[in-house]
Amino acid sequence: MTDTTPSTRLSTKHLLGIRDLTKADIELIFSTADGFSSMLQGRIRKVPTLRDTTVANIFFENSTRTRISFELAEKRLSADIVNFSASSSSVKKGETLLDTVQNILAMKVDMVVMRHPAPGAHQFLAQHIPANIINAGDGTHEHPTQALLDAFSMRQRFEKLAGKRVVIIGDILHSRVALSNIFCLQKLGAKVAVCGPPSLIPFHLPKLGVKVFDQLDDALAWADIANVLRIQLERQDIKFFPSLREYHNLYGLTRERLAKHDKDILIMHPGPINRGVEISSAVADDPEQSVILQQVENGVAVRMAVLYLLGASNPE
Amino acid sequence: MSQEKVILEELKIKLVLERIARHLHERYRDFENTVLVGIQPRGTFFAERLHERLLQYAPHLPFGKLDITFFRDDFRTGTKQLLPDPMEMPFSTQGQRVILVDDVLYTGRTINAAMNALQSLGRPSKVELCVMVERRFHREVPITPDYMGVQIDAIGQAYVRVRWKKHDGIDEVMLYPNKEASRK
Repeated sequence: MTDTTPSTRLSTKHLLGIRDLTKADIELIFSTADGFSSMLQGRIRKVPTLRDTTVANIFFENSTRTRISFELAEKRLSADIVNFSASSSSVKKGETLLDTVQNILAMKVDMVVMRHPAPGAHQFLAQHIPANIINAGDGTHEHPTQALLDAFSMRQRFEKLAGKRVVIIGDILHSRVALSNIFCLQKLGAKVAVCGPPSLIPFHLPKLGVKVFDQLDDALAWADIANVLRIQLERQDIKFFPSLREYHNLYGLTRERLAKHDKDILIMHPGPINRGVEISSAVADDPEQSVILQQVENGVAVRMAVLYLLGASNPE
Repeated sequence: MSQEKVILEELKIKLVLERIARHLHERYRDFENTVLVGIQPRGTFFAERLHERLLQYAPHLPFGKLDITFFRDDFRTGTKQLLPDPMEMPFSTQGQRVILVDDVLYTGRTINAAMNALQSLGRPSKVELCVMVERRFHREVPITPDYMGVQIDAIGQAYVRVRWKKHDGIDEVMLYPNKEASRK
């Protein structure tokens, strides 16, 4: 029975980052996502829950997966959608972020899903506008829905995440996925480590209780789950390592590397994948070990849960 | 009313199940193109018991569990649970006669949501409603049951709890002065 469940509301009005969520919030999002997931497995593709809600998807940075995933989640909840991307807008004419969003809100929008290159852009907006704000990535800071769907996918495989060991491999310095994952997994009781070239590991990480591995083999020997990240060349204005080929040789996840460890490590990747750089095709496409496509599938259910729960935080 | 009260005890519940099963048998005969659907969470307990009884008339009668959490029109009012239960509807309702089962009919909002949910699974040729307890007052939508265990008149805060042996350890229908009292 669900009567005894302590919380049925989120403690927050916005999803700005995982750091603001409580463990109970994360668990509420997961149990709600379970419902959407079982519904999407069946015949029902659409529910009327948010039919009186308008959502603006505002993307100041490129995105395929996240944007489509949010859009599908919104459509499956029957919300009305406005799409906006910076490349084709008045931002090019010199409008500020606050003006852009206030103009959109003046047209009666209830929720804003935003991706922005500046860390903290969402916090700034949340102080100035009344709509629910969902962070779909802010620079190198947080990407909360990605972390939620990563943890949700791990939970499908392992039931309990407490005590599980997760290593995040790659460009940690430029990754918002890494930071959100660290917050999310630690709140759920998992142990988190990172692994990558020292030039791409932020200096402050041990302060968050995160283990740091320089050698991929050491990291794999320790881990139950490996979350592999892309090298974000677009954010690297200087050289952080000699060449992609050398990176692949030292930190690329391949069959041969995994064969050295006598255990099944769950392989995850938030996408987009650079095949042959951080991960080989054979590993990425392994139907047993890799859950990369399940992550994408779960993304819709998890985002539906977030939209649904934030929608319910607006009493009429 | 300040005291809790037994509405139906074990024997009465057994008789009610028997009566409703026979009544359904009389109307549906061999239950061709018919599905039994319980509303999650507690309607499915009643539906489960009814389904056991009906198998003697229709050994292959399909049984589904419908979760209506996301179809509710009152999800922002903060009074109803937001947490979903699994949806188990392994069949289409297209052209089927649907017997919808819930434990208590009160405001009618749940049934209203269930009808909306059924629409997204196909177009049933007919939908009938079967409830264990019908509370006559405080209906908010025009819905009446086709089959019912018992009809009661109770004031607004009163709370009716239907318990099932398999899930709660006892078969009984109880009336409490309020919802909190039912948790003890």
